Amino acid sequence: MKAIAAVALNTFREAIRDRVLYLILAVALVVVGGSRFVAMLTVGSEIKIVKDLGLAAISLFGLLIAVFVGVSLVSKEIERRTVYTLLAQPVARWQFVAGKYAGLLLVLASNVLVVGSAVLAAVAVMGEPPWVLVPAIALILVELAVVAAFAVLFSSFTNPILAAVGTVAVYVTGHLSWSFDLLKKRVAAGLARSLCDGLHAVLPNLDRLDLKAEAVHGAAIPAGTFAAAAAYGAFYALAVVVLACVVFERREFA
Amino acid sequence: MSAVIDIRDLRKSFRGHLGIGSHVAVDGLTLAVEPGEIFGLLGPNGAGKTTTLKMLLALVRPDAGTVRLFGRPPKDVAARARLGFLPENPYFYDYLTAVEFLDLYGRLHGLDAATRKRRIEAAIERVGLKGREGTPLRKFSKGMVQRVGLAQAIQHDPELVILDEPMSGLDPVGRREVRDLILALKAQGKTIFFSSHILQDAEMICDRVAILFKGKLRAQGRLDDLMSPDAKWVEVTVRGPVPAGITGERRLNPDGTTLLTLPGFDALAPVVSAVTAAGGTIAGVWPRRESLEDLFLREIGRAQVEEHVS
Repeated sequence: MKAIAAVALNTFREAIRDRVLYLILAVALVVVGGSRFVAMLTVGSEIKIVKDLGLAAISLFGLLIAVFVGVSLVSKEIERRTVYTLLAQPVARWQFVAGKYAGLLLVLASNVLVVGSAVLAAVAVMGEPPWVLVPAIALILVELAVVAAFAVLFSSFTNPILAAVGTVAVYVTGHLSWSFDLLKKRVAAGLARSLCDGLHAVLPNLDRLDLKAEAVHGAAIPAGTFAAAAAYGAFYALAVVVLACVVFERREFA
Repeated sequence: MSAVIDIRDLRKSFRGHLGIGSHVAVDGLTLAVEPGEIFGLLGPNGAGKTTTLKMLLALVRPDAGTVRLFGRPPKDVAARARLGFLPENPYFYDYLTAVEFLDLYGRLHGLDAATRKRRIEAAIERVGLKGREGTPLRKFSKGMVQRVGLAQAIQHDPELVILDEPMSGLDPVGRREVRDLILALKAQGKTIFFSSHILQDAEMICDRVAILFKGKLRAQGRLDDLMSPDAKWVEVTVRGPVPAGITGERRLNPDGTTLLTLPGFDALAPVVSAVTAAGGTIAGVWPRRESLEDLFLREIGRAQVEEHVS
């Protein structure tokens, strides 16, 4: 546990010493701060637009961080050969991967906390109770955890560019999960349908983790729905990280 | 006592690009490193030294053969807890300061905060980085990175220290300091296993060496046993006239003395009497042994001949 914590702390430290992170954070805060002005320019409920833009900013800039930091998380250590001394220490390989992932989660959580607080503050300033947004924000973090797990998985066996492509592809198809169901009904039984079934089963259903619309429109979110979605995301992320550990365990550092 | 490092019939080959072809990096290596000795793994570039070290650290899986550290497989975390390692041309997290870097590695060894603080101070002092504790590694020169890498390898007081080319890229002062550090570690009872292609350094400090060439072990043993202890030739410096009739090569030095090269000690006595009789003086006598370099070149030459014949 100590080893995982040490690797996680170091990963977090690396990220927060990178200026790109602050740039992403600054842009996110500008979007949240500016959402009120955008709202003034549009027809409709101003507060909804502030909520909408705010939640989208948490999600989008979180995704940017998950991809930018995540895809080189493991591969950079291999490329720069820092992994040699690290793995020569009494650290098991799975602990290394788990620590890297935990560090990335810490970065993502900090980002969600900062931008999320800004969104809640913006909503509060407009005179609405901001707490209705909290479950949606929490699930954004869970979604980011799933995406980050894929970034770490891809990073453990390929270069950052391919890892970024893979991660973004998972994110996009994860939100198009319903389309496989639809497609399945339209194609004839056989290979194509099996493929649809397979993809539908294997790819994460990220729409389950998206409660943004409900939150914006103030719809009640049953506790059971929230808990089931959070558990789904957490287990999914865990499974992907375990897979990353298995892949990394088999690697050679020639 | 059982061996600290026990390597038996170790083999590793790497596949070429796109899986086409393969080259053998280590070919049937067997060696054992005993507690408390300085063992040098020597060989030219590409001999398989680094691959061997990587198999010792479970960074690379052997195709065949076994590796044991303190009697355990290198995958075993408990075995790795007892060693320190410095890779070749190390590169560390450059966003960390020297102290943060060492603190990270102290944490990985499960040391508590107070112990880490104490050990880090001692290690920084020992490798001569006092005053640079707060400097980010990004601003360190190559020699300083090597030093902080050494501090990392010894700060947790390991029983075994594995160093991959610890002297490469260092200036003469740095090399000497690394040599002294290795000798000091030995004096503390540590075992040191290092690879090098700088033979002079190895010759000065190694108890035993193994010479690796193209993945094969060419020679292994104590330096004294590998190199004949008898003087191969004797060099004599003569001031004044050198009588004729002395066998052996002679060369005039810039300071006016003459350097005679005699085939052995047996030839020395007649030369001394002849020189004295002629009114000259003997300014110096140096028995010359075979150097590690001679041995090295001889073994590699033999390997190449064998290869050519087969």
